[in-house]
Amino acid sequence: MSPQPQAAVGAPLSRVDGRLKVTGKAKYAAEHNVDGAVHAVIVDATIGRGRITSIDTRAALAQPGVLRVISHRNAPKLPYRDNAMSNKSNNPPGRRLRVFQDDRVLFHGQPVAVVIATTLEAAQHGASLVKVHYDAAPPSTELTKAKADKPTKYARGDAEAGLRNAAVRMDLTYSMARNHHNAMEPHATIARWTGDKLTVWDKTQWVLGTQTEIAAAFGLPQDDVRVISPFVGGGFGSGLRGWPHVIIAALAARVTKRPVKLVLSRKQQYFGTGFRPAYEYRLRVGSDRHGRLAAMAHELDAETSSYETFTEGVLPPGQMLYSTPNVQQTYRTVPLDVNTPIWMRGPGFATASFVIESAMDELAHKLDLDPIELRRRNEPDEDQSSGRPFSTRRLRECYSVGAREFGWHRRNAKPRSRREGDWLIGMGMAAGVYDTARMPAQARVRLDADGTAVVETASSDMGPGTYTSQTQVAADALGLTMRTVDFRLGDSLFPPTPPHGGSMTMASVGSAVLDGCNQVRRQAIKLAVEDKESPLYGVDANDIVVRGGRLHLKNNPTRGEKYQQLLSRNNRTHLEAQGSFAPPSGTQRYSFYAYNATFAEVAVDATLGLVRVRRMLGVYDAGRIISPTLADSQAIGAMVGGIGTALLEHTVTDHRDGRIVNANLADYLVPVNADVPDLKAIYLDGEDREADPLGVKGLGEVVMIGVAPAIANAVFNATGRRIRQLPITAEALL
Amino acid sequence: MIAGGVTAGSALGDAQAAAEPAPTSRVALTVNGTRRTVTVDNRTSLLDLLREHFGLTGSKKGCNAGACGACTVLVDGQRVNSCLTLTVRLEGAEVTTIEGLADGDELHPLQQAFIEQDAFQCGYCTPGQIMSGVGCIKEGHTGSPEEIRESMSGNICRCGCYVKIVRAVEQTAGRK
Repeated sequence: MSPQPQAAVGAPLSRVDGRLKVTGKAKYAAEHNVDGAVHAVIVDATIGRGRITSIDTRAALAQPGVLRVISHRNAPKLPYRDNAMSNKSNNPPGRRLRVFQDDRVLFHGQPVAVVIATTLEAAQHGASLVKVHYDAAPPSTELTKAKADKPTKYARGDAEAGLRNAAVRMDLTYSMARNHHNAMEPHATIARWTGDKLTVWDKTQWVLGTQTEIAAAFGLPQDDVRVISPFVGGGFGSGLRGWPHVIIAALAARVTKRPVKLVLSRKQQYFGTGFRPAYEYRLRVGSDRHGRLAAMAHELDAETSSYETFTEGVLPPGQMLYSTPNVQQTYRTVPLDVNTPIWMRGPGFATASFVIESAMDELAHKLDLDPIELRRRNEPDEDQSSGRPFSTRRLRECYSVGAREFGWHRRNAKPRSRREGDWLIGMGMAAGVYDTARMPAQARVRLDADGTAVVETASSDMGPGTYTSQTQVAADALGLTMRTVDFRLGDSLFPPTPPHGGSMTMASVGSAVLDGCNQVRRQAIKLAVEDKESPLYGVDANDIVVRGGRLHLKNNPTRGEKYQQLLSRNNRTHLEAQGSFAPPSGTQRYSFYAYNATFAEVAVDATLGLVRVRRMLGVYDAGRIISPTLADSQAIGAMVGGIGTALLEHTVTDHRDGRIVNANLADYLVPVNADVPDLKAIYLDGEDREADPLGVKGLGEVVMIGVAPAIANAVFNATGRRIRQLPITAEALL
Repeated sequence: MIAGGVTAGSALGDAQAAAEPAPTSRVALTVNGTRRTVTVDNRTSLLDLLREHFGLTGSKKGCNAGACGACTVLVDGQRVNSCLTLTVRLEGAEVTTIEGLADGDELHPLQQAFIEQDAFQCGYCTPGQIMSGVGCIKEGHTGSPEEIRESMSGNICRCGCYVKIVRAVEQTAGRK
């Protein structure tokens, strides 16, 4: 087949759903107009651990408009079967929280009842009137004081010996605060039963995960549950699991026999959905006097809940980012009386990278080496964790482009050597890496006789621009304009896709869309070359391309015809195909990762310890970039997120009762416009042909990795103070 | 004004008696140029009135506490957090929401600028950002990017589109 002209892919296009979003017409989960919907408000446990001894619902039920109060006292028993699509994301090992099935309270904020009323005001007030009495026990919520699970271990070489024999040794302990996704759209679910079939409008990054979780909880056939989610107001990972409130909404709808709308309050996001767990992380590093790493020993403890063991990809960077002959890792989860964590942007890698990249900066300082030079000296020739070659790894190029564009040569290696008035100025950098994940996906493609196409997948668009970038892929593969392709997603009736997370949507779903569109285009070409009436009759199919909906000879554009003419003459209402993608099975031949080098300049008030980011630059090796405008926005957005992790975000728990004391957007600080200055992203041109048919390596995560350590390293360069805890607050610098 | 005069204590002692209906008020206000008269529960915020009663879901609920700005609308030309504004206070008020900003099919210049600058990703904070941006421009807080950043800092964008939001506001203010 002749390669299709690429008109849309790689072009800086505006979002196809832009108009809907700027006019307020994009419908998020709670905004679907479902006739007769009533409102549900959850009552949260006010103890950190224990049992419910009584629930008095009389005052709530007396409120006009209140229909029902459901708790473990009157809730139907739910079968809670195993989830058919069970994996570590939607059901970590353990026993998932079963809503209203017993009197046990496992964490502060756990749902203990739900009030359903005809108006939101009545439901809210009713919820405040439910009196719950408890037999409370002291909760365990301190990571550093609780007993850890048995560790997961990794070792190559002999790290202890490597450390013993190293000319330079460092023993460093870092701690990272818990982070909450805090997407702007609160999690919300509308549930409507029709007989035994359920339709759910939900905020989710995986309609199929939500579908199977509901089916498992209620013991329903999967196909009896339909999940619809056309727009997702941010996710960052919090939508990767069907949370308890989704089951509560469906349960409330079943009990009241009314469609039910349930929107979590901002506060409830903090314990009703997951979070990036806090870590305590000790890293011992040994190197020779030239900075060549001899050994690294990682010991890390991470929060999990008492009822599920959540783990994430926190180990790979320590195994493959730098050439290190001796590595050992001990990863321990620590069960606490908290709700279960979940993946958050750059999961695991962001945490490990903060530690490793801070330590590399410390080593560079100790050896009086430039931090970039130190990293270059430890650039591996292959993935030392597997012995496989890298499919593509252009980290060196990220360093050199970044150094040049950022003006790295202006950095004074001596800390606290640049001052402007009250402000100490410093520059820092860090490397970043994220796994190029791919999973099986399918897409349905239909080309209609009017020359327009519909492409359907069950995928999501939490903001990166799936609608737009997939339309770009489809338009070029079909030889259509963007306007004539209608890309649809967010419905469990559409062909299956993996979770919209882990930067795998373009590699997985995009490859399925590409396959389906290629099939349809080939069908059309075959139809034409076999049709005596076609100007392309008898032509070699390999010599035909399609552009603007017109099939023509690649070398003679005048000879050809439009899809419409071809299909109508052949009495075909449409052509269609089911596209699919699956990563190669068996042993992989390559090691697949995306990379970056991130640079930051900060100003720190010498007296007050206030840190202000002045400018940042990220340079990315993420394979082919389908949609440059959107990719730029993703990178800049991740820098903003990284500023939050580095300087602001910190969940504070009152360990006496397990209550999160800053469960709101006024006290859990996230970056605002005034916190964000000049941010710039550069994507290296290129593609990774080994990774997937599109040549992409994923970019939503990698852009986040390295941001926090680049800022921390800049703070050190500015002040001479090494802060080994996140966030880096003014108090820590005083 | 809250809760129909019933406290938890009294209800507990008199379980069978239904509490009194929540007090309501009749309010006449103009929303996006259309005069509307409604009888509302006194507890109803402007945001809930728009979203739950008028089906105008363009104004978003992000925190319901005035901390995120996703619910920003114009009331008598001033940008306000509609989640903190009680409907009963709005007799005679003129409310403009994101749905009322475009002139038919013709987008407001700031809406167009948001598209051109790619000043959003998930889109959830976008209506609030745009309404706040309209207020910011009207107030004349667009003298420099720093001033725009300061004046737009009541609106959180968790996708982190701030740099581009500033450009969109600048572009629109410059055209005026």
